[in-house]
Amino acid sequence: MSTEISLHNTPLADEHVALGAKMVGFGGWNMPLQYESILAEWDYNRKTASIFDCSHMGEFLIKGDAVSSGLDNIVTQTIVDMPLNACRYGAMLNDEGGIIDDLIVYRKAQEEWMIVVNAANIEKNARHFRAHLNSHATFEDISFKTAKLDLQGPMSRDILKVLAPGIEALAYYTFGHFQISGIPCLISRTGYTGELGFEIYAPWEKCKEIWKTILKNATVKPTGLGVRDVLRVEVCYSLYGHELDETISPLEAGLDKFLDGKKGFIGRQALTQRHCKRSIGFISSLSRKSPRAGNKIFDANSKEIGIITSGTFSPGLGIGIGIGLMDRPLMETGNTVFFGDDKNKAEARIAKRPFYKHGSLKS
Amino acid sequence: MEIEENFLYTKEHEWVSIEDNVATMGITDYAQEALGDVTYVELPEEETEVEQFEQFVSVESVKAASDIFAPMSGRVVEINRKLEDNPALINKDCYGKGWIAKIEVSDMDESTNLMSAEEYRNYLESLS
Repeated sequence: MSTEISLHNTPLADEHVALGAKMVGFGGWNMPLQYESILAEWDYNRKTASIFDCSHMGEFLIKGDAVSSGLDNIVTQTIVDMPLNACRYGAMLNDEGGIIDDLIVYRKAQEEWMIVVNAANIEKNARHFRAHLNSHATFEDISFKTAKLDLQGPMSRDILKVLAPGIEALAYYTFGHFQISGIPCLISRTGYTGELGFEIYAPWEKCKEIWKTILKNATVKPTGLGVRDVLRVEVCYSLYGHELDETISPLEAGLDKFLDGKKGFIGRQALTQRHCKRSIGFISSLSRKSPRAGNKIFDANSKEIGIITSGTFSPGLGIGIGIGLMDRPLMETGNTVFFGDDKNKAEARIAKRPFYKHGSLKS
Repeated sequence: MEIEENFLYTKEHEWVSIEDNVATMGITDYAQEALGDVTYVELPEEETEVEQFEQFVSVESVKAASDIFAPMSGRVVEINRKLEDNPALINKDCYGKGWIAKIEVSDMDESTNLMSAEEYRNYLESLS
């Protein structure tokens, strides 16, 4: 019995249970961890197609001019020149230059923006936007009205184009408006697995119908958050609460290219004054033994040089892999490091991103 | 939930089968299912001396590591090297091919500290 206080349910909670999912609390939500073995779900996602319930994530609708609304000053990425129907990844920072959340901006119209954020940060982010947007802008938290299903895997396009004709023309990091069974959806070619895939945003109360419609195709399997984390670590995507948090600067987190150097934004001033002592790095174990979040990282002389922020066994590589924050200067690819604690250390090498190089993402 | 009738069990979900002076051990069906896919087993070296209920093996699943405890005191005389390349044996056949280690028992009386199959069955029921 879960002792978490009032977890939110997505529209699919009973569907997951009916499909045999092991449910867990995540970011305040009751979510499916896995339906079958995580390794089996991994294999299916990388070779065929999986569907994830990501309705727990947050969505905001902002109307107003990019600059005069204040939006441009809040998010770190360039948005003024975004074409319509484009998506851009970036972040928003606190006054000290730490990361409040990472997010994706969708430009729906000249003055209409959808911001997609992490589930655990919905309330905090909404407060931040409301505090910093001008009276020119309108802000609506549509998180509880908007369900999201991620269809990911090399066969995702072939499967989805039958249900939502036209999605096959979507370029990477763009979106459009489609219908599935007559239900209007916003579908973007984005995702968190490193495979070809799509995120389907649908009205909350219609989510179940879309989920069931997609699963009518026996080629699609429902997939949980457990494997989602393995997939994203394999392609070195960061996760809030691990590689990103309010104490970590985007420069430490390797988000340099998502910072617009030509504009002001909250936290920018602090970044110029903050001494960047650590850097995100990637390590691959020499064996099946895997680094775990919280493990210390040591150099070849057993000197402590960092901490693992995310770690997992990689089914794709057959070894353990980890993401960590390490003291600068950056270590070279191939350098020997160790992970573990003061008593038990396992050997690894500094790796280059991504660990898993065979994803279908850009297909 | 599978349980072998002739084995003995620990509260930490290890099983042990004692023949002559040697105790073969592994983890139970309950444990392997709770762990999920086993990805790595850290086996002790042969000749290691162990004490009953002391941690001596580490088993990792995709997302976590678990300690495994010696069901009897003694000396590790054999380890299942097949687990090095095929740790999934623990999931597929936890009472058979997924055995973990054999211990030469130093004190047979310690078996009174273990549960019979029926006691373990009742114990599992009390957990749910």
